[in-house]
Amino acid sequence: MVKKTAYERVQAARSTKKISTDELIHGLIDNFFELHGDRSDGDDQAIIGGVGLLNDEPVTVVGIRKGANTDENIKRHFGSPEPEGYRKALRLMKQAEKFHRPILALVNTPGAWPDVEAEYHGIGSAIAQCLQVGMQLKVPYISVIVGEGGSGGAIALACGDKVFMFEDSIYSVLSPEGYASIMWKDSSKVAQAAEDLKLTPDHLLKSGIIDQIIHEYRPGDDLKPLRDFLYNQFNELKNLPVDELLRQRKERYRKF
Amino acid sequence: MLQSRFKMPSREELKKRMDNIPDNIMKECPVCHATFFSMRAGKQRICPNCGFGFRITAKRRAKITFDAFDELDANLTVPKQYQDEKYLAKVAKGKKVTGIKESVLTGIGTLADMKVAAGIMDPFFIMGSLGSATGEKITRLFEKATSERLPVVMFTASGGARMQEGIHSLMQMAKVSQAVEAHSKAGLLYVVVLCDPTTGGVTASFAMQGDIILAESHALIGFAGRRVIEQTIMKKPPKNFQRAETVLEHGFVDAIVQRNDLKQVLTNLLSLHKKEDANG
Repeated sequence: MVKKTAYERVQAARSTKKISTDELIHGLIDNFFELHGDRSDGDDQAIIGGVGLLNDEPVTVVGIRKGANTDENIKRHFGSPEPEGYRKALRLMKQAEKFHRPILALVNTPGAWPDVEAEYHGIGSAIAQCLQVGMQLKVPYISVIVGEGGSGGAIALACGDKVFMFEDSIYSVLSPEGYASIMWKDSSKVAQAAEDLKLTPDHLLKSGIIDQIIHEYRPGDDLKPLRDFLYNQFNELKNLPVDELLRQRKERYRKF
Repeated sequence: MLQSRFKMPSREELKKRMDNIPDNIMKECPVCHATFFSMRAGKQRICPNCGFGFRITAKRRAKITFDAFDELDANLTVPKQYQDEKYLAKVAKGKKVTGIKESVLTGIGTLADMKVAAGIMDPFFIMGSLGSATGEKITRLFEKATSERLPVVMFTASGGARMQEGIHSLMQMAKVSQAVEAHSKAGLLYVVVLCDPTTGGVTASFAMQGDIILAESHALIGFAGRRVIEQTIMKKPPKNFQRAETVLEHGFVDAIVQRNDLKQVLTNLLSLHKKEDANG
């Protein structure tokens, strides 16, 4: 793992050169078929969901994604989901349970979208449901933080049986900018804030928040090693009786 | 004639008298703007004109809500790993103001001879923020309620995650959620009372996971902070957009209850669910 300061890691995690959620899905999943909408109010572009094959295994994928250009970024609020997005993810996760499909959640978000409409449509409630339902899903559930893992908007889909992080990714209770402005009323102390927040994968691995660090993949890289890794992880989880799977998931979060 | 009877005190004398008047003798209701003697807010701390409930400590709420209250985990407090001086000073101040050692008071309360596991967040303890020990106390409360087959009543009042504890604060959302889920699976009742203010990570977890969600009138309820939203959308959000009444209109709250009526409403709800509990 290339050595970087916490703030360099923040910048790398936000870099537009990073592999995107769409590219990851394209490289990992065969026959991916996207499923739209939350069946109640809308279809949030910041969350992509669908079904496909991971090697020979049917899986459900939900992913928070940023855009590749300005147009996409405006539609996707730079990777900040609205309540409709979380409800879409919720719907697809429940569907996965019905068909005994494992769930792969990809996370790359600075946080849930903070605007008036999102509040009116119950952003807090939508995240709360993701957390509660996530604890009871009777199928293997793996979360991968690909770039930014910002706050409640990230943990909504990062409460799986296993949580992995890419080398150039971050996971924190709030952004280093937010932390600096609240702690010191000075948003220029971002680098210091990044250090204090201990938001890098190595820190989070040490404190047991995540299970493993995944080698960084660039756009165009062959994703076979990652595909096999995830496949094996799902297989291990699949071999557990459902009761044991749920017990271990609860235990994983109980210890914090 | 009048003038001769009432002698105008001198400027100095007036100033002296002003100094003798205690602070906070009058209160203004932030909702109806009525001004009244503080004492008239009474034990419940409500506006005598419109019934708005002022923020109160967890201990006071326990006293005005339950017939009896046995505290649990009274000594759980901030883990030793946090050594930042500024943070510890805030914790010390919180303890002093509230009389409890973390931002939530938990215990077994009694309402009309019915036992209920109760959690009360304290807005005066670092804004009721969600620390590791806060999450631990709430988790233990739900675990106890599950094993003793008790309903849970949770009064939420929180500014959200506690930044000083970083990612561990965030993890409490998941930790409490798994305990809520186990309690729910056991077929037990969970009632939330959203108090002023309920925001951030608390809104995005156990505050919105109740079977029944009540709110105190005019309580601030939301996820993102007003300032963050303002900066994002580059304009001022509508005045009441995160008020209990607005949240009710949008379908995320079952009912708004005045503090005066809370005891009665909770008693009623608990007795309506008594049968299911006994059968379970």
